[in-house]
Amino acid sequence: MVIYGVALLAFCMLVGTASGKLIGVLIGIDANVGGVGIAMLLLLFLTNIGSERFKLKPISESGIAFWTAMYIPIVVAMAAKQDVYSAINGGMVALVAGLLAVIVSFALIPVLTRMSSRSDD
Amino acid sequence: MISGIIEEVLANNALLTAFAFVGLLSLSTNKLSDVLTKGRVHGSAVAIALGLVLAYVGGALTGGTKGLADIPIFAGVAFMGGAMLRDFAIVSTAFGADLSALKKAGLVGSLSIVIGVVLSFVVGAAVAVAFGYTDPVSVATIGAGAATYIVGPVTGTALGASSEVIALSVAAGLIKSVTVMIGTPFVAKWIGLNNPTSAMIYGGLMGTTSGVAGGLAATDPKLVPYGAMTATFYTGVGCLLAPSILFILVRFILG
Repeated sequence: MVIYGVALLAFCMLVGTASGKLIGVLIGIDANVGGVGIAMLLLLFLTNIGSERFKLKPISESGIAFWTAMYIPIVVAMAAKQDVYSAINGGMVALVAGLLAVIVSFALIPVLTRMSSRSDD
Repeated sequence: MISGIIEEVLANNALLTAFAFVGLLSLSTNKLSDVLTKGRVHGSAVAIALGLVLAYVGGALTGGTKGLADIPIFAGVAFMGGAMLRDFAIVSTAFGADLSALKKAGLVGSLSIVIGVVLSFVVGAAVAVAFGYTDPVSVATIGAGAATYIVGPVTGTALGASSEVIALSVAAGLIKSVTVMIGTPFVAKWIGLNNPTSAMIYGGLMGTTSGVAGGLAATDPKLVPYGAMTATFYTGVGCLLAPSILFILVRFILG
């Protein structure tokens, strides 16, 4: 049943969010630390156990696949609800700080990627 | 009378209106990308960019903070694009992700989170100093804002920054997230963003969940789980480091 896939996904996300909040409380900050990552690992784990009893049928998998397919439209909606107006009118300091942070970070990606592939050899 | 009924139906079924609206938007941007760029600029990249433009228009018209969603008939856009459904969709992309690729880049990915937070903070703080800010609290708050628009206000509140500086830090974070969304597809080839390892490093260095989600959607949705895996820890690490070690460092340097 499709709902099995959707329910499994929701279960993983709820456990992940709760764990992320808990980690936040433990290190003393009011933020969800890594909740999405924990949820993804849990989903990967549960769908890769490989035991026959836990195997998702294709129809149940489609309950997860639907949300994967909805990812881009959801991101488009996310873009349309950003506070772009205040971002642009936030002043030069904000504009320059934000832009420079992105440019410098972009530039560092190939450096770190090369470092990691060298350490593999 | 007809327009009154239509408006009422659209507003009362906000989420469905958002689905229909985003569907129409995607249809037109896919056509636009085919006709104008022969498909070279991804339809989703155009859709995200147009979404941001509409968000600007919404903000300019209403003075609210939720972009297009502040216009009553588009209120559902806020729910559809809100954190719950966004994270739900992100988690779903992990289904079928390559666990060994995640493990392989685990170390450099985690390293990139710390490097990313420190780097953005330093850049933001340096810009604040260049613009004439001298008190450590303001400099650290703006630096934190260059990490993400959540780290900024968390740091500012913890350190007791003025509300004007906190607003600046949020704006810096928003600029970062918007720039990442729009810029990623254009620099992807140049920075080698085409495999799980570089996607994890990308997520760790950028850190803004919305920026990374948008940037990867417009570049290659297959990379989403890898980028999201590291980005999800960024704000937490930022909230941990910025008001503590990084602030102490700023205070030390500025005397």
